[in-house]
Amino acid sequence: MDNTTQPTTSGMTGLIEDWVSDKDAFKNVSWGKTMMWIFLLSDTFIFSCFLVGYMSVRMTTDVPWPNASEVFALTIAGEHIPLILIAIMTFVLITSSGTMAMAVNCGYRRQRKQAAVLMLVTAVFGVCFVGMQAFEWTKLIEEGVRPWGNPMGAPQFGAAFFMITGFHGFHVSIGVIYLTVVALKVLRGDYEERGYEIVEITGLYWHFVDLVWVFIFAFFYLW
Amino acid sequence: MQNNTDTQPQQHPISLYFKVWGLLFVLSSFSYLVDYMQYQGLLRWTLILVFMFLKAGLIVAVFMHMVWERIAFTLAILSPPLCILVLIALMASEASYTNLNRLIFFG
Repeated sequence: MDNTTQPTTSGMTGLIEDWVSDKDAFKNVSWGKTMMWIFLLSDTFIFSCFLVGYMSVRMTTDVPWPNASEVFALTIAGEHIPLILIAIMTFVLITSSGTMAMAVNCGYRRQRKQAAVLMLVTAVFGVCFVGMQAFEWTKLIEEGVRPWGNPMGAPQFGAAFFMITGFHGFHVSIGVIYLTVVALKVLRGDYEERGYEIVEITGLYWHFVDLVWVFIFAFFYLW
Repeated sequence: MQNNTDTQPQQHPISLYFKVWGLLFVLSSFSYLVDYMQYQGLLRWTLILVFMFLKAGLIVAVFMHMVWERIAFTLAILSPPLCILVLIALMASEASYTNLNRLIFFG
């Protein structure tokens, strides 16, 4: 090792020199994007803890778990369709992910009006999703589902349901606000000089919300 | 595919997004059909997991642009969640032990 290249300054000056020494490991990735990814990584762990907790209570209980297929069934035009509301919510969220991807693309093409409109469309789909979730919560609460018990089976069902879907719905709501704020700033032309990477960063958050739903749909509703 | 060392903002053909979008729709329909057809047991769990990972992979790779990032970044973000597998294994073994005790003493 050649020690002459090692930093020699000590004390506060050394601290500052070390932190500003420009040793970025992630080439061509801006700080904004890196930080969003790291935030999403931490969020992954939070959702994982919820889902693992749900797995634990579902495995430990000796009371049969409520059949999600029946609990979330709806009767539409006289037809009894299992899990239909959740299927529609899934498609709404995937559609919103598609419009978000288009918005990112438009942003990089510097078509700022199209990007902003597509982001607002994404936000509208998000509102639809939260609306359907509110409907679903209302329906289940009317049927007597509570965090401490329910008439369909294992009492832990309510706790897991409200915690997991509630936290996800909260993420969607925050995403709608975030998208709207950024879309309006894009429309106003705030990013003409800095470029439109902000659209991609916002998109990362939105796609993550969709990604989490993929796991919730699989483990909570289908399993 | 785009060269990773390119410093220009990423530009991908819009058709690629449409294809992935369509694929996600198809995979979601398949997931729903697993429930609609009332497949049970191992077949159900396998199908659910396969469709889930395919969907998650498509979203992360294309929509979140992970395939166009450099490997240093991809690994930094995608490898830490593997720790969750350990948590799942620990909790599953603990949960089956609790369940066994409940069956013996309360069942």
